[in-house]
Amino acid sequence: MTVFIIRRLMQSGLVLLLMSLIVFFGVFAIGDPVEIFIAADADQAERERAIAALGLDRPIWEQYFFFVANALKGDLGRSFVFNMPSIDLILMRLPATLELALVAVAMSVLIGVPLGMYAGYRPDSVGAKTIMAGSIFGFSLPTFWVGLMLILIFAVELGWLPSTGRGELGTFLGVQSSLFTWNGLSHLFLPALNLALFNISLVIRLTRAGMRENLPMDYVKFARAKGLSQRRVVLVHVLKNILIPIVTVVGLEIGQVIAFAVVTETIFAWPGMGKLIIDSINNLDRPVIVAYLLIIVIMFIVINLIVDILYSILDPRVRLGDMGK
Amino acid sequence: MTDALHPAAPPKVETPFRRFVADFCESRIALAGLAVFVVVFAAAMLCAWISPQNPYDLRQLDIMDGKMKPGSTSGDGLVFWLGSDSQGRDMVSAILYGLRTSFLVAVTSGFIAAAVGTTVGLLAAYYGGRVDTLLMRAVDIKLSFPAILIALILLAVLGQGTDKIILALVIIQWAYYARTVRASALVERRKEYVEAAHCLALPKSRILFRHILPNCLPPLIVVGTIQIANSIALEATLSFLGVGLPITEPSLGLLIANGFEYILSGVYWISFFPGVALLVTIVSINLVGDQLRDVLNPRLQK
Repeated sequence: MTVFIIRRLMQSGLVLLLMSLIVFFGVFAIGDPVEIFIAADADQAERERAIAALGLDRPIWEQYFFFVANALKGDLGRSFVFNMPSIDLILMRLPATLELALVAVAMSVLIGVPLGMYAGYRPDSVGAKTIMAGSIFGFSLPTFWVGLMLILIFAVELGWLPSTGRGELGTFLGVQSSLFTWNGLSHLFLPALNLALFNISLVIRLTRAGMRENLPMDYVKFARAKGLSQRRVVLVHVLKNILIPIVTVVGLEIGQVIAFAVVTETIFAWPGMGKLIIDSINNLDRPVIVAYLLIIVIMFIVINLIVDILYSILDPRVRLGDMGK
Repeated sequence: MTDALHPAAPPKVETPFRRFVADFCESRIALAGLAVFVVVFAAAMLCAWISPQNPYDLRQLDIMDGKMKPGSTSGDGLVFWLGSDSQGRDMVSAILYGLRTSFLVAVTSGFIAAAVGTTVGLLAAYYGGRVDTLLMRAVDIKLSFPAILIALILLAVLGQGTDKIILALVIIQWAYYARTVRASALVERRKEYVEAAHCLALPKSRILFRHILPNCLPPLIVVGTIQIANSIALEATLSFLGVGLPITEPSLGLLIANGFEYILSGVYWISFFPGVALLVTIVSINLVGDQLRDVLNPRLQK
């Protein structure tokens, strides 16, 4: 186990090094770093000070060390638009993105599991067929277009829910979130549903497959033979067994959801880091782009590492297979 | 009925291709998907001849015809069956031109990615050992990052452009092809015909590309179909976000993005219809892909 974790840590370190090199060469070799880190309206003295501070007058390999050292100190330049350190700016926007992603994941389980259980329990009913056809659309519909249609239906035509922004925040146990106010919840619902749609379909399919696989099994027959109610057999015994693969897959999908939040945030003007990066690309706010790339890469490397380790705890075959190589 | 002039049709031989076609035709929904796809694809490729106007010839546009409802008639007597956008552009024409751009980008990137991925997969399977471990680790690492994230990183660094989005799509897709080809090539490599080719002292490249590769094609075709649908969706998403294709090459994603600002005022058709076109395209390709997967899967063969 320890060996496995150490190997994975080393691999993550290698990926991090590789990614930092890619970002560095993208910024410093393909682009012009002076243009990237120094605003166009800076005067000559300011430019020279910044060039010296960033080490841009050094040879390229020394520049890389400067870049890494500055990144480690949390100093990746100041945003041209917001005039604050770009890293602080992104960390400020992080909670909104995490909130959206976690609510979307929760929604995909809370909606997907019951629908999938029904579709697996009565596979030939009209309801089940509707659910499965719906899940095909959930896979094929482009997220951004669904978002627009949700706005069109619920915000423009029906006027039930607000279309943009994050609403009021409430504080509970020191955590600020829009989950704690009605206004916040009403703003959160549409973007979270939009982001969850793909995963709802995924969970429906997994749950249905799990139901179909588990229902004919001996333990179900035994539970029935013991005289347990059908309700208890399905909702306790079977559910417990089908939840294992669902939890694994949903856990793996969290990273995907955070990445796809970029699209949803842009449509619903949700003030998270995804909207920030798109705005920064459009405004040529380059220090923010560089900082975003580094932070998101680190975030994904950490997520992947955690998923790998959890996976090896849940399924020892993964770990053993890796050792055998 | 048989005479010298009209000889009887030769008895039908069941070739693998005929069996494949017959198997494919068993699913009506897949056939429908294929038909829809062929129509959409042909319409997109022929857009210069069949669309009512050239949406990017400014002389043909009249700003007075802007934001017309579906079914209304323009000043020149042209019927906007799907409405017009803010510059008086016929949506039918804009969608056909946009589809052509989307297809060109997806198919080009698909072919390059398939070529790169196939080579990597074949090499990994053939040489095994260190080469295999190294190449497959690269595939694993690539697959551990979501596609949209890789595309954003690349496009943020490289900037906009048709060539850049094709490059991004290639970098996103090659790993799927590599993994698929490796899996089937590993099986093929141990078969006797490969051994026979070795005994003939054929060059390695010939064994790899002329002997092993043709036998790895079925799963490759399935992955290719699904990947084309995925890259059309991804390209549309990126263009919608404003980091994909430049404004001079309007794909479906850009059309939808253009309509976004009018949607709050109830002008829905500028975004709605390009989205429907995108959906129809993706669903039809996926239906075909699903059926191909069932037909080409040896485990499911009767």
